[in-house]
Amino acid sequence: MSVVWTDTVKEIAGTKMHVSRAGSGPTVLVLHHDIGTVDRLPFYDALAAKYDVLVPHHPGWGKSERPQWLRHPRDMAAMHTWLLAEMGAKDVSLVGLGFGGWIAAEMASQSPTTFHRLVLIGAMGIKPPEGDIADQAIVSYIDYPRSGFHNQDNFAAVYGDISIDQLEQWDICREMSFRTAWKPYMYSQTLPHLLGGVRTPALVIWGDDDRIVPISAGKAYTGALRNATMTTVAACGHFAEMEKPAEVAKLVTDFISA
Amino acid sequence: MHMMYFTEQPMSAYDEHAGLAYGATALNFSNSYFDPNEGSRLYNEYLEDYLLAEEYGADGIMLNEHHNAPFCMQAKTNVFAAILAATTKRVKIVILGNPLPLCDNPIRMAEELAMIDMISKGRLVPGFVRGGGQEQLASGVNPAYNRERFIEAHDLIQKIWSEPGPFRWEGTHYQHRVVNPWAVPMQKPYPRVWVPGVLSKETIIWTAQQRYPYIALNTSIDHTKEIWKQYSDTAAENGYTAGPENFGYLIRVHVQDTEEKALQNARQFMWMQGEFTGLAHPVWANPSGYFSPSGRRNFVQFATGRAINPRGSPSFEEQLASTMIIAGTPDQVIEKLKYVVENTRPGIMGIWANDGNVSREDRQRCIKLLCGEVMPAVKEFGAKLGLKDPFEANAPVHLRYSTDLKAPVKAAAE
Repeated sequence: MSVVWTDTVKEIAGTKMHVSRAGSGPTVLVLHHDIGTVDRLPFYDALAAKYDVLVPHHPGWGKSERPQWLRHPRDMAAMHTWLLAEMGAKDVSLVGLGFGGWIAAEMASQSPTTFHRLVLIGAMGIKPPEGDIADQAIVSYIDYPRSGFHNQDNFAAVYGDISIDQLEQWDICREMSFRTAWKPYMYSQTLPHLLGGVRTPALVIWGDDDRIVPISAGKAYTGALRNATMTTVAACGHFAEMEKPAEVAKLVTDFISA
Repeated sequence: MHMMYFTEQPMSAYDEHAGLAYGATALNFSNSYFDPNEGSRLYNEYLEDYLLAEEYGADGIMLNEHHNAPFCMQAKTNVFAAILAATTKRVKIVILGNPLPLCDNPIRMAEELAMIDMISKGRLVPGFVRGGGQEQLASGVNPAYNRERFIEAHDLIQKIWSEPGPFRWEGTHYQHRVVNPWAVPMQKPYPRVWVPGVLSKETIIWTAQQRYPYIALNTSIDHTKEIWKQYSDTAAENGYTAGPENFGYLIRVHVQDTEEKALQNARQFMWMQGEFTGLAHPVWANPSGYFSPSGRRNFVQFATGRAINPRGSPSFEEQLASTMIIAGTPDQVIEKLKYVVENTRPGIMGIWANDGNVSREDRQRCIKLLCGEVMPAVKEFGAKLGLKDPFEANAPVHLRYSTDLKAPVKAAAE
């Protein structure tokens, strides 16, 4: 079954934000990685088979405008919550991918009872008790996303020969990551203390070969959230939804629909 | 014409093979290869060199700052500026420059520079730079706000130097409850600020908007002329006519008694594998957000090995042929410098004279010939061409102190 996506633009906090939408049913907001997102992914299609799926581009990423004032993922959390209100979405489940997981965790901590389910996949946002979040600043635009795949064939399947447009996008994504999460790099020192209030049931998913965010961060998230379980995906890197789309989509849909 | 002596202060006593084996000689090249005993020797020798340059007649000593790399030992340019303030008598101490975005406290920067100006009895030229990309990474400073921090730190320092304290500063990147440092510069209205650069059009425009002299760092003659045009156009838009007092030029020159020896030592200008700042991954030198967005598309291709270095990588011989490097006896060097001066018409000239592994004896011989013979001849030639430096021209320290502003000439539509 082919999924029909429509793209819209919503003005949030004076910023034109790009949103892709498909499917019907309960609403699921998918928050993409620090490296942005390609327009369509098998993972998004799999979710859209069961849900009303929203995939916005973060402000400053992809086709969304850059707010010059934007400084922190918490600002983005507020913008995405605003976006949901603008679109009339209720009882939304959040699916946060990597950096997007940080934003999802911020949204949940700010609105402890609002969301239906919270799914964090290789989420950034808290300081890993062991190891560090890999620093993209000192590696090339290609090596960084590559390092997030367990199997390089899976990287090639998504990105192919890597167009110049894609390289340029990765530079813009990297610049936005710096503008919002430079120091401390890719985590908040306050978020761990705020997660305990979240009533939303949470599922923490981690690739067992995530070389970008150490798995210790996943365990820390699971411990800090009051109602969370954790599961790992075998032979899988940081970009789990691209590397194992069917498996990760099944974990997510089973959890949201339970 | 103002002529100054410059060296990067190379940390030449490191294991070159280790750098080549690691594949980089910047940022992440381990400081376990830094030998502090050799560092001590070199710092003291470089200080000796500066004193010799003053003794033999240089108008100024140009200093700079870099981090995490053997090509430059100055990790804090104000340290050497302070030493020279106390140990020299006549030369201008020209800092080109302090990397302002690296500075989390511009008040401290203004204080330090004011102290140096007073200790030197008003001989400081406190230039400012954005700092290289690697400097941002080495200092943990966000490259994406580099230019904003540069401008805001400058504006705060300028206010400290031109208005009485106390006042409060609530900026975007800097907030200070009480700005009131008890050290202010001796030179009034404030010390002359010169701004060096090589690539960025935005910096040229900003510098011209301030009416600060722009020092082109060893750019080709053609590129230098393009810089002057950009500067002059911006000057006209701001109501003044740019002249030689607005332009400076840094060039690599090595002088010895014989051409053979001069050429042999001049090869050391290539000692960092031909890259001024050492071997490095392109994304270290240009972290995202640091570079002008207009260069993004070309840069990402270069950074992933799909395009050649946009700055080129000319060989030693090619650089000699294009006068990017000049080497020879005093007479040979004077002739070539006259050609460069005639074609670039700077009021300020920096001579980058010794780099890499040049022996102490040869460095000092070079300085004696350069400052004692070459500089006077070039200055005489410059005077005939009417090339005045900002001091001789009594140029305003900043646009706001201009008394000669005309109606601005609007920029031609592009």
